[in-house]
Amino acid sequence: MAEFREKAKVMDAEAIRRALTRIAHEILERNKGSAGLALVGIRTRGAILAQRLAKAIEAIDDHPVPVGVLDITLYRDDLSRIAPNPVVHATEIPFDVTELHIALVDDVLFTGRTIRAALNALTDLGRPKTIQLAVLVDRGHRELPIRADFVGKNIPTHLRERVEVRLAELDEKEEVVLEAPVDAEVR
Amino acid sequence: MSPTLATSRTAQTARWTRKDLLDLRTLSAEEIHLILHTAESFREVSLRPIKKVPALRGKTVVNLFFEPSTRTRTSFELAAKRLSADIVNIATQQSSLSKGETVLDTVRNLEALKVDILVIRHAAAGVPHLVAKHAAASVINAGDGAHEHPTQALLDLFTIQEKKGRIEGLRVSIIGDIAHSRVARSNIWGLMKLGAQVTVCGPPTLIPPQIEQLGVRVTHQLDEAIRDADILMLLRIQHERQEAMLIPSLREYRLTYGLDRERMSRAKPDVLIMHPGPVNRGVELDSSVADGPYSVILDQVTNGLAVRMAALYLVTTWRNS
Repeated sequence: MAEFREKAKVMDAEAIRRALTRIAHEILERNKGSAGLALVGIRTRGAILAQRLAKAIEAIDDHPVPVGVLDITLYRDDLSRIAPNPVVHATEIPFDVTELHIALVDDVLFTGRTIRAALNALTDLGRPKTIQLAVLVDRGHRELPIRADFVGKNIPTHLRERVEVRLAELDEKEEVVLEAPVDAEVR
Repeated sequence: MSPTLATSRTAQTARWTRKDLLDLRTLSAEEIHLILHTAESFREVSLRPIKKVPALRGKTVVNLFFEPSTRTRTSFELAAKRLSADIVNIATQQSSLSKGETVLDTVRNLEALKVDILVIRHAAAGVPHLVAKHAAASVINAGDGAHEHPTQALLDLFTIQEKKGRIEGLRVSIIGDIAHSRVARSNIWGLMKLGAQVTVCGPPTLIPPQIEQLGVRVTHQLDEAIRDADILMLLRIQHERQEAMLIPSLREYRLTYGLDRERMSRAKPDVLIMHPGPVNRGVELDSSVADGPYSVILDQVTNGLAVRMAALYLVTTWRNS
C-alpha cells in the first residue's frame, strides 16, 4: 500500500467544534426543534460525532435527543473485494426509527457508497419520516446521486489523496488532515 | 443508554484467514474470540422486525447432511437465510449417496453447480476435512463422527461468555458420554484455549482412556463434578450405548449420573446448566432441572443462530485477507 504524507491541516479542534455547533443549529432549524428527531452515527467516527451533535443540540434546545450507532459492514457492496475482511460490529439503535426524523452522521462524505449502505440499513430497521445527512467533511468525487444536508467543511481533493479525521475520543488528536501519497509528491 | 463504541482489542486485531471452519483444535484463542465477537454483532439482526441483512446476497450454501439432524440443520438454514444467502438442503436418504456415489463425487457435482459454502455432517470423523482439501468451496463442519462439532462448542462458549461475562478461570464440568461425543471434544479444546478448567465425568466405559492428556480432570463421581462447578454441561445418553453394553440400563445411568433437584442442591447457587439437545428428560437431566432457573438450554439455541451466521460470514470473507 502507498505511503501517505500530510499535505495540509484543514481543520483544528476549534474549527471542528465550531462546525459541529453550526450543524447542530442547522439541524434544529430544518426540523423546527428537536421533537421527533434522532441522530444515527455511522461507526466509528460518525458515531462519536453523533454523540457530540446530540450534546450540542441538547445545549441549545434543552431536550435530550436519542442517539444510535449503525454498523454498515453487512450492507457494503464491496464485501468480496476489500482487504482485509472487515470485522462486523453491532448496530445499536435503542429506539424505533419509524416516523422519526433521522439525521445520519458520518465524518467524511466521499463516493457516497457508505451512505447508500447506511440508507439500506436504516430502512431495514423501519420507516423514518425523513433521513437527512450531516458530515464533518465533504471531499467530493461522488459515485452515486447522494448529497449532504449539513456540511462542516467542503474540501477539494484529488482522488488519490486521503482525508483523515482524528477525534480526541479515539485518536488522542483532534484535527482533520489532508494527506497525499508519497510517490505522487515526488513526481 | 449511550451506545458503546468500545470493541474488544482481540476482535480489532484478529483477522479471519481460513477458507473453512473444521474444528476448534487448530483455532487460536484470538480466532475464537473473533468468531464470538462477530456472533455478538449478528445477534441483533434476529431481534429486528425485518430479520435479514444482505451480507451474503448471491452466495449459495448447501446443507449436506449424511446423518439425520433437525436443530443444527435448521439453525444453519435460518442463519444463511438471515444473511440473504440461498440455501439447499441435501439429506442422504434422498440423494445419490444411497445409489452408491462417493462423498467426493457428490461434492464435485455440487461444485460444478457453483456453490460457495458446504455445511457438512457425517458419521465418520474427518470427512469435512477431506472435502475441504478437495473443494474450492468453503466447508463448515456441522459434526463429524465422535471428532468435533465446532459450531456447537462456539455457541456454548458464547452462552457462557454472555451469562458469566468471562470464560477464563471458570470451572466447567462435562457430564455423560464423553467417549462418543464430538460436542465434548470441541468444547474441551475451546474451553481450554480460553482458560477455563475442565472436568469430565461419567462411567469409566464412557470416558476415553488417557483423556487427561488434554489437560482435563477426570472423575467418576457426579457429586465431585457438581461441587465447585460454574457450568454443568450435560450430554445426551443414547440408547445405543445400552445395547453396546457400555451402561447397564438407562435407569441405572439415571440413578448414578442423572442430574436431579436433590443433586442440584449441592451445586453452586449461580451454576448454569447446559445441554446441546435433544434432552432425554428423566435420563441425564430431570425435567425440574431442565426447566429450572439455572438452565440456559434455550439461550444456547438462540445463540447458535448468531454463531452460525458469524461462521458463514467469516468463511465467505476469508479470501480478502
